[in-house]
Amino acid sequence: MASQQQDAGTGAYLIRGAAILGGAPEDLLIRGGIIAERGLNLSADGATVIEAAGLVALPGMVDIHTHLREPGREDAETVETGTRAAALGGYTAVHAMANSTPVADTAGVVEQVLTLGRTAGWVDVRPVGAVTVGLAGEQLAELGAMADSRARVRVFSDDGICVHDPVLMRRALEYVKAFDGVVAQHAQEPRLTAGAQMNEGEVSAVLGLTGWPAVAEESIIARDVLLAQHVGSRLHVCHVSTAGSVEIIRWAKSRGVNVTAEVTPHHLWLTDELARSYDPVYKVNPPLRTDADVQALRAALADGTIDVVGTDHAPHPSEHKECEWAQAAMGMTGLETALSVVQHTMIETGLMGWADFARVTSTAPAAIGRLTDQGRPLDAGEPANVTLVDPAARWTVDPSKMATMGRNSPFAGRELPGKVVATFFKGHPTVLDGKLNTPYRWLPEQAELPGTATAGH
Amino acid sequence: MKHLLSTEDLSLSDAVRILDTAEEMAAVGEREVKKLPTLRGRTVVNLFFEDSTRTRISFEAAAKRLSADVINFSAKGSSVSKGESLKDTAQTLSAMGADAVVIRHWASGAPHRLAATDWIDAAVINAGDGTHEHPTQALLDAFTMRRHWSKLAGTPSAGAALTGMRVAIAGDVLHSRVARSNVWLLRTLGAEVTLVAPPTLLPIGVEKWPCSVSYDLDETLARGVDAMMMLRVQGERMNASFFPTTREYSRRWGFDDNRLRALDTLGFKDTIIMHPGPMNRGLEISSAAADSPRSTVLAQVRNGVSIRMAALYLLLSGDTREPAGRPNTTTSASAETTSAHAPKESH
Repeated sequence: MASQQQDAGTGAYLIRGAAILGGAPEDLLIRGGIIAERGLNLSADGATVIEAAGLVALPGMVDIHTHLREPGREDAETVETGTRAAALGGYTAVHAMANSTPVADTAGVVEQVLTLGRTAGWVDVRPVGAVTVGLAGEQLAELGAMADSRARVRVFSDDGICVHDPVLMRRALEYVKAFDGVVAQHAQEPRLTAGAQMNEGEVSAVLGLTGWPAVAEESIIARDVLLAQHVGSRLHVCHVSTAGSVEIIRWAKSRGVNVTAEVTPHHLWLTDELARSYDPVYKVNPPLRTDADVQALRAALADGTIDVVGTDHAPHPSEHKECEWAQAAMGMTGLETALSVVQHTMIETGLMGWADFARVTSTAPAAIGRLTDQGRPLDAGEPANVTLVDPAARWTVDPSKMATMGRNSPFAGRELPGKVVATFFKGHPTVLDGKLNTPYRWLPEQAELPGTATAGH
Repeated sequence: MKHLLSTEDLSLSDAVRILDTAEEMAAVGEREVKKLPTLRGRTVVNLFFEDSTRTRISFEAAAKRLSADVINFSAKGSSVSKGESLKDTAQTLSAMGADAVVIRHWASGAPHRLAATDWIDAAVINAGDGTHEHPTQALLDAFTMRRHWSKLAGTPSAGAALTGMRVAIAGDVLHSRVARSNVWLLRTLGAEVTLVAPPTLLPIGVEKWPCSVSYDLDETLARGVDAMMMLRVQGERMNASFFPTTREYSRRWGFDDNRLRALDTLGFKDTIIMHPGPMNRGLEISSAAADSPRSTVLAQVRNGVSIRMAALYLLLSGDTREPAGRPNTTTSASAETTSAHAPKESH
């Protein structure tokens, strides 16, 4: 499949004068899939020169939470289109959530997703395995088989559905310790959210839309951090959306619980006031909350209580949004706007610098997913997963021009700061001049087998 | 006004204009020939995604009294279920040349979607959406209250608001579009509203509404009420732990015979009892209360036709007091033509 002229070895690029993590300008020489040199006034030595004055160089972004929809809902997104969007958004790795059709609950399906990702070649696609068979919340999926498969799954999640049975959650947390896995929980108490349409509060009261109370998220997080502490396991909380959840996670971390937490770009900015339009583009799960929640989430991301930004990129075909609110699907696209929204909400507000940005969008998510070649420092000898950003650029979001098949961006029409100029994945520019270039071509044997895996079935 | 979607955003002047117009329409209903030629040639579609014979025939009567052509589209049990989308239905009606769509829908916000999208270019009247709003019900309630309030004051209804009137609304506020529309409209008209309900049937966030909230019906009555509105308790609430039993509900929050007598004992001889219907006699309202001289239940039904005539008239027949010129060429152009035939040019 990957019989292509280009491979990781040939192209060489000299990025000249980029602010590394927003610091002083330096040059980066990319060759042979790695950062060959970092320093001042590096010699091009035949490499293609990218003048990067004014640009910021960042480690390639890693999304801990992406819905690529394939297999099963290729009308919404495919691995190819979703990873194009990811590359354009500055990503070099994405974790593909398990709620495909069939569900990614077996070694076979996660290996299929891995192969689709390698065939596409835009980013590293890391399949997430389902915690329970069919996301049904009844019986553990073969977590070990997925962990040992060619996909080497380390993140397990029933995302979209909460593992609400406390015994099952406990067992899952315990079991994944055997292979250093993590359970990524979609925290939503199902009985408290039956038929829920939006955040429960002042706005839902007026709109007459069934409320999704904050307590339904917070009660599950409280339970799960206690379970994680009890069994000494690793917990990741998906898309934290409330101020109360932040408090619980802060408390758990202070107690030494091994918990990480994620926030989406949309929860860092948008509020439930947008539901007043009844436009389902603002319908998402967990729902948009209040401004007090937004401010708490921003503070938590800045102080490290929340570890990562995850997009929860959730493309839907237009017919699933061109309808009544209650009929509409939940979810928003995010891969192509995440960087800009985080810049707008966290950097331009002075809450964070670019080094913090690198931590929450690359280093920390790579660590949660146990990706050894992502989220690395931009130093000589490191894998050349690099994103170049023009922080001064301004652009207006037009969903019809996006690479994702999803047109459901809640940021449509908004002017955002920051533009991805180039993305290097394994030393290859998947994006150049802000446009898609060509995919990375895995060596034929790597397209079948992950580079570092030794055990297969 | 291009649409009538909610009372939340209805201005005082628009609200009073609808009520005043309804007074004039009511006069038509008292004639031998209960018909105006105003909307001749215009098509009104009653698009009902939820059963409601009462509301549908009220709109139908209103449209027919204005000489409009009426199409009843019951989307329940037809091709329109979850299969055919609201968008397709709207575009179909648009292609058929509907001038106004009266929509009843189980989903909150469905009328807003019709009005906000380009699926259909017709006036949209919300005839009740989910647990959101039911503006014409609130308007007919306000109309009924205003006639009563003005009569007590010895002043004409026309042009009046409800300043100082004490209105209590009791029952399942959480799931009630009638309560929501009433709260906003009565606020706009200057009435003082108290919601009375078990705490389980009040929405989180109700404390921000422009009204008082009480869990105690007797206490509310004792403080003085000029209009007591009872809300219907839906059958499906009864087994979902909103309250222990229907008997307990009835004892604490129903308008029973004891409370009917209490009005007399307390000396509130002019307090009216309202209900949007259909009533659960013996649950939220006793038969004696429903049938008492204080009851306005049938007047509400009668006034509903006048209010709906007024709404259709104002939306379809030109609204000369408002800055026109919405980029809605077909509607406004034909509205001018039609208003030439209108017998009343005073609006």
